[in-house]
Amino acid sequence: MSAIEIPYTDTPRPDTGLTNAKLGIWLFLASEIMLFGGLFSAYILLRVGADVWPEGRDILNVPLATLNTFVLITSSITMVLAWASLVRGESNKYRLYNYGTLLCGLIFLIIKYIEYSSKFHHGLFPSESTFLAIYFTLTGLHGLHVVGGMCALAYLQFFGSKMWESQPARFTGRVECAGLFWHLVDLVWIFLFPVLYLM
Amino acid sequence: MPDHTATPTETHEVDHSEELPFWRKYLISTDHKVIGLQYGLTGGFFLLFGFCLMMLMRWSMAYPDQPIPVVGFLFPSTGGIISPDHYNIMGAMHGTIMVFMGVVPLAVGAFANYVVPLQIGAIDMAFPKLNAASYWCLFVGSVIMVASFFLPEGAAQAGWTSYPPLASITAGHGQTFWLVGMVFLITSSLLSAINIIVTTIQLRAEGMTYMRMPFFVWSQLVIAFLLLLAFPPLEAAAFLQFMDRVVGTSFFLPTGLVVSGEVADISGGGSPILWQHLFWFLAHPEVYVLILPGFAIATEVITCNSRKPLYGYKALIYSLVFLGFMSFAVWAHHMFMTGMGTTMNAFFQTTTMIISVPSVIILSCLFLSLWGGSMRFNTPMLFALGFLPMFGIGGLTGLPLGLSASDIHLHDTYYVIGHFHYVVAPGTLFALFAGIYHWFPKITGRTMNELMGKIHFFGSLICMNLVFFPMLIQGLAGINRRLYDGGAAYADQAAVIDPGFYSHAANFLHLNKIMSHSAWLLGLFQILFVINLIWSIRKGKKVGRNPWEATTLEWAAPSPPLGHGNFDSPIKVYKDPYEYSVPGASRDFSPQFEEKEGS
Repeated sequence: MSAIEIPYTDTPRPDTGLTNAKLGIWLFLASEIMLFGGLFSAYILLRVGADVWPEGRDILNVPLATLNTFVLITSSITMVLAWASLVRGESNKYRLYNYGTLLCGLIFLIIKYIEYSSKFHHGLFPSESTFLAIYFTLTGLHGLHVVGGMCALAYLQFFGSKMWESQPARFTGRVECAGLFWHLVDLVWIFLFPVLYLM
Repeated sequence: MPDHTATPTETHEVDHSEELPFWRKYLISTDHKVIGLQYGLTGGFFLLFGFCLMMLMRWSMAYPDQPIPVVGFLFPSTGGIISPDHYNIMGAMHGTIMVFMGVVPLAVGAFANYVVPLQIGAIDMAFPKLNAASYWCLFVGSVIMVASFFLPEGAAQAGWTSYPPLASITAGHGQTFWLVGMVFLITSSLLSAINIIVTTIQLRAEGMTYMRMPFFVWSQLVIAFLLLLAFPPLEAAAFLQFMDRVVGTSFFLPTGLVVSGEVADISGGGSPILWQHLFWFLAHPEVYVLILPGFAIATEVITCNSRKPLYGYKALIYSLVFLGFMSFAVWAHHMFMTGMGTTMNAFFQTTTMIISVPSVIILSCLFLSLWGGSMRFNTPMLFALGFLPMFGIGGLTGLPLGLSASDIHLHDTYYVIGHFHYVVAPGTLFALFAGIYHWFPKITGRTMNELMGKIHFFGSLICMNLVFFPMLIQGLAGINRRLYDGGAAYADQAAVIDPGFYSHAANFLHLNKIMSHSAWLLGLFQILFVINLIWSIRKGKKVGRNPWEATTLEWAAPSPPLGHGNFDSPIKVYKDPYEYSVPGASRDFSPQFEEKEGS
């Protein structure tokens, strides 16, 4: 309904060198880092205070998680390639790479589902120990972020892609912001993997 | 960039927005001014609601175990008597509602949304849809909180701080509702914080450099950073406590926890102190989120009504930013009694003493801004002037709490309650009243009634002090907070243990009645404020766009500002924000938006 155009939605403001959305997404990422930072601090405090703390590799499935790490890193690469294609104006390649990212996200969730269900099958629930509690909370919250990121990417793949015809610069900016969020989700996993599975 | 031909198109857009049906214009609007008013009405409603809870609680403190007159039907299960459980629920919800659904939506949501874009010469917030989304998150969170009152066991009752293990094991779903509601309220604040920061950085008008921004905008910018970075850890903590309550984890439950005489069936290994760290990591910056809008509004009102440039603008800005940084390093001064150890205590008591320095600088600058001014004692100015000493009392009474040795005696007593209510109630609330009286003409094109305003001010000033000052006395006498009988049972116990020592609490119990009657009287004066507000919308004196002869950009816009785009002429900034009484000028104010005098 807004008849007026907010300035700097697709072109950067000269003195700050940023579009509104890019500044916004970086601020959002800062708050996400504080969120996961709070949870990692909780992990450290609980672990330091515990009498016994299990080795993650004894309980969790390290090979599957390693595979998942590669899947997510691959998805980050396709994400960058998708954005780079848009910058060069190749929207067909963008669609292809974006499908790749979505597929990787889906594979990640399927593997996570296999891991979760085998834990539940063996009676390993969050209420069993503090280690399992923090494992399920951290990976669960991260999984929700993957789902959120996939929703954004799916929107940009289907309904949202009409904008490419009318406002290509703004659409590229949107893909870039979604990509920044996707990289953060990837980065969080790169911290989660050693902290939970290896250490 | 603004040019000189924008006027006709914008007029056209105003006509367009007038055609919108009511629900599109006021319910799902993306206009920052409408959203600001939505925030304001919501915040104002919950301030009143939280105050009503407190007026009920004050009955129990003054007349424990006696049926409450007039409104006894609210407590049918006990025949009108406020039971300790009722008291706990109202206490926990009073704190939550006042902080997260009252002061923050009004001070940050309403004032930042309405005033910041106007003061920087922007046409709207940077993300109008996100802005609406953040308001509706607040709305949903508030509905969940209010709905929890109607649960069979009632709302959350483990205090607004929700300390585990108590909060994790309380029966019923009240606490779970509280946690879910908090997640919505936090999300709302996060989204609006992002919006405010981006707006301030990206949408400043031509010539509005950082050091020409009004102090109000600077404050809201720092507040937004505090909200952005401090709230997520509480969100994390809310998730963890939610897991404890719903999934059965033990993040905050220690091994061997005994509940009602039996060892609880939990895995254990958790840490109750962890919650306190996560909670206060938010809640201390939150204290500054509550008080900085007070400084911000007082600055605008005092500068305008003393007709003098703000004293020490740069010192104020630097203090503000330093205060923002330091507020992340003081949280554990709420936790001196948890046995963190003397090293930790010494560290946090040092940072606490350091953070008092910028607060004192800000307050001193505001006092010095009065020196030699030609003051106008109108209602907004009276509230701003009331704010200064009231916040002063709040700040100074905080020093003994920030020192770990004296905190041992004062911890969890009414002294603490008195201290932070002085900061927030006659402090921030007075500044918020000043802001409402000050910007009301911008919103409606009419001023509020001065006589009703002055009665409201003096009545509130006297009543607030009669409510909160006795708390400091009771606290020094050792009366604990959160007692439903106002300390009567505590004083009796003290008499049993040591009859000679009896007087130390019992002699101050009669103050409960004074405080309660003052609180109810205070409620009457707020009714006068609500009447004034409604009356003035219809019948207030009509004024032009700059009734206070102020210098900042919002007064360049029509009153009320245009539906979309705010300003009817292009906005460019030529000078510093507070150029009052410039020597040699014919008028005593020189607005930022005028290149030459009177242009």
